[in-house]
Order: sequence, then structure tokens, then C-alpha cells
Amino acid sequence: MAGTLIDLRDVEMRFPNGTVALSKVNLDVSRGEFVTVVGPSGCGKSTLLRVASGLETATGGTVTTRTERIGYVFQDATLLAWRDVRRNVELLAELKGIGAATRRAKAAAAIELVGLQGFEKHLPRQLSGGMRMRTSLARSLTLDPELFLFDEPFGSLDDITRERLNDELIRIFVAERFAGMFITHSVAEAVYLSTKVVVMSGRPGTFVSSFDVPFPMPRDPEIRYTGEYAELVGQVSHALREGRR
Amino acid sequence: MIRVRSAALNAMPPLLVLAVIVGLWYAVHALLGPARNFLVPTPGQVITDGFLDSRTRGQIVRGVWHSTAVALTGIAIAAVIGIAWAVAMASTAWAKRSTYPYAVILQCIPILAIVPLIGVWFGYEFRARVVVCVLISLFPMVANTLFGLESVDKSLHELFRLQRVRRGTVLMKLMFPAALPSIFVGLRTSAGLSVVGAIVGDFFFQRGTPGLGSLLQTYARLLDYTALFAAIFVAALLGVTMFGLFGFLSKLAVGRWYQPAT
Repeated sequence: MAGTLIDLRDVEMRFPNGTVALSKVNLDVSRGEFVTVVGPSGCGKSTLLRVASGLETATGGTVTTRTERIGYVFQDATLLAWRDVRRNVELLAELKGIGAATRRAKAAAAIELVGLQGFEKHLPRQLSGGMRMRTSLARSLTLDPELFLFDEPFGSLDDITRERLNDELIRIFVAERFAGMFITHSVAEAVYLSTKVVVMSGRPGTFVSSFDVPFPMPRDPEIRYTGEYAELVGQVSHALREGRR
Repeated sequence: MIRVRSAALNAMPPLLVLAVIVGLWYAVHALLGPARNFLVPTPGQVITDGFLDSRTRGQIVRGVWHSTAVALTGIAIAAVIGIAWAVAMASTAWAKRSTYPYAVILQCIPILAIVPLIGVWFGYEFRARVVVCVLISLFPMVANTLFGLESVDKSLHELFRLQRVRRGTVLMKLMFPAALPSIFVGLRTSAGLSVVGAIVGDFFFQRGTPGLGSLLQTYARLLDYTALFAAIFVAALLGVTMFGLFGFLSKLAVGRWYQPAT
């Protein structure tokens, strides 16, 4: 496919202790697609993302990424405690060697995009969990990622914050049109966020089914209360249960 | 206003203990009777005959000055060597495997056992005293710095790795700043030890400019117990001041973002 930014073919991950974390995983994500992988804990979905990002090398199959601009959001906000919000957001651009003026402009734009204006001088310890995660998102946005990988970024947040950040993320996705790959264990979050949901089962980690999500982007928060949405959530949950057997 | 009052309240218990100690002290002095109470001079005598006596005061001031210079030079050298050593060990596994055991052994050598040798090797003056300080305060610097460098969160390392940055950059922008609170814990511990080292070295070498250690020995030999008590106070005060100084520097450097768990 023309706009494919990441292509995983028959990916296998076997750890030295013999555990097969991934087996025959096939997935491609194109610009404008937001694919979410759901699965039970320990099924290898985080390993999949680590392989996709290059943090780990697959023991089999091929991983092809067609862009250098890859954003990665960790489970924790992974902020530097000694830097304020602005300097944290500037970090990646700084590591890339981008000049101070450009860096500042990029950081300012990213901070505005995630709605953190006015908090530039705050230190991570002065922020709520949701705001720390926004800072983390803003930091990745300064790289103008074409491929954006998310490793359960909202897993530790309360439901209200999580839903708000889901909407923020969708807004950013609609504006920036990257290729998104998102890991979560929440079915509701997966269906709400994505254009496609892939269900994974564990031991060995492999895809058992996939669902296209028909709702238009940006999402209307009200779809959460429609029968269509509930039905799709039900189907995905069912596939998860089937896969676990 | 409330803050002032709570500060006063916080200071109350230790002040009470101080009052009890001073009271006991006078009691012991009185109990010993006129024949033996020279062994425990009262705080009043220590102040009048020790600190207010111009000759003794002059000796002690010069002694403190000298010992402070020795201790600060020692801690500075120990900090440079200790941090560099810890950085080397945090960067390469073989450096840690091959040299860390010796850092531990260094810590285990009783300092008194090697002080005479240090005198022989380095002369009996400033340089030898500094070497004693360095030896005694090196391990806490190494161990705390290494701990700080190694306890950086794994995902932070991965964040840097994804940007394919050089190891020097990871060290300067991630590991070193993250280790700063631990480095200051090391500095505070080492500062106290360095004062001990300065006094012990001085006590043994007895040559060159007299520091607090030489004075302690001189006063003990002369049976001048008021002056001895005065010198002991000043030595203790020097240790506490060093500890406080590095605690203050730590607050300045990392207090803004780092809050100890306690």
C-alpha cells in the first residue's frame, strides 16, 4: 500500500529463556490510520510495539518502517524531573540538534496543541498525572511524527482524565494525520480511538481478529452511548475472551 | 506568624535536651569535688578559659583554619576522583567488574592502619593530611554516585536510545543530572568523614602547621582540660558545619525538583 509507514511481516519474538512473545504477527499501518492492539496483560502487545520502534529486534520476520520521524509515548510520562514543562517538551528536538529558536517555536506550538499553555514553567512534580502525560505527548509532537507509537499511555489515569485525553489525541490525530499504533487493554478505549482494532491473544502472542471501526473522525463523544458502539465493544470483548481459551 | 511559632515549637525538644545535658554536666562537675573536678571543666570554664583566653583562642582559630583547608581540599579531590570513577563504572561493565571490589576494600581498611605509611610516603604536612582525607572520604562518593547513575529509570534510557544519541549525551543530559541528589548525599557523608580524616592525620603527624588534631594531642599532654574541651567542641562544630554546608548546597542545586522521601 502506498502510504504504509510501518509494515510487520511474520514477526516472531523468541526470548532467550524460550518464551515466544510474538508469533507470526502481520500488521501494516498507513498515514491516516489509527490501529489499536488490545489484548490481555502479558500477551506480548508491548513487545510488539518495542519491536516496531526498534527498541528490540525481532528474532524472525521483517519490520519495515518508511519514515525516520517516529514518535513514541511510554506507559509513564518519562519526564526529566529537573526540567520544567517547556524544557521537557524541547528535549527530543534538542537531542536531534535542532537550533534553539526552532526548538522553542516547536515546543510552544506543541504545548498549545496539548493545552498546556500557562504551565510552561511547572516542574513535573507540580503536575497531575494527566498533565504529565500531555507533556509527554507534546514532547513527541515536536518531532512532527509520521508514525506515532503509543504503549498504553493512559493506563494509569482515572477514567475522566483518560476520556478527555482520548478526545485530545483524536483531535491531534485529525490535525496531524500521522499513522498511529496504540496499545491498550481497555476495549472501550480501543474502539473509541481507532480506525481499526486488532485483538491479540497470548502465549504465543498472535493476532486473532481485527475490526474496522466505522465511526467518523473526529469522534463525537456521544457515540459512546450508541447501540452501534456498544455492539462493536461487545464483539471485540467476545474476540478477546475467545482468544484467551 | 504561625510558621514562626511552629519553628519555635520544633526547636523546643532539642533545646530541652541541651538544657538537661548542661545541667548534668554541672552536676558531675560538682559531684567530683574540688580535687578531681578539673577532669570535667564546666561549660562556663570552657568558655572563659578556652574561648575567651586569647592564646588558646588564637591556637584554636589557626587550627580550625588549617583543618578546614585540609578537609575541603580532601573532599574536593575525593569528589573529582569518586565521580570520575563512578562514571567509568556506570559506562563500562568491565570497569565496574574489575575495580568495584577495590573500592569496597578501600572502605574496609582501617584508616589508622595506613596513616603512618601515608606519612612516610607523602611527608608529614599538608599533602599527607589531604591524602588521609581523600582515602577516608572516597568510598561514599563512589558508592553514592554509582547508585545515582545506575538508578535512572529504564524507560528514560529508552527515550534517549530512540533518538540514537551518543553515550556522552546520555551521560550529560540524563544520567548525571539524575544522579545529582545521590552525589550530594555522598558529598554530605564524605564531608563529615573528611573532617575526621583531617583531624586524625593531624593527630598522628604532629608536624607542619598544627591543626585541630595536633592541638587535641598537645592539650591532652599538657593536662589543659578546659582547652581540650574547647578544641573538641570546635572539632565537632566543624563536622556539623561541613555537613550543614553540603546539605545547603544540595538544597540549592537540586532542592527545586528533588524532595527526599523522608
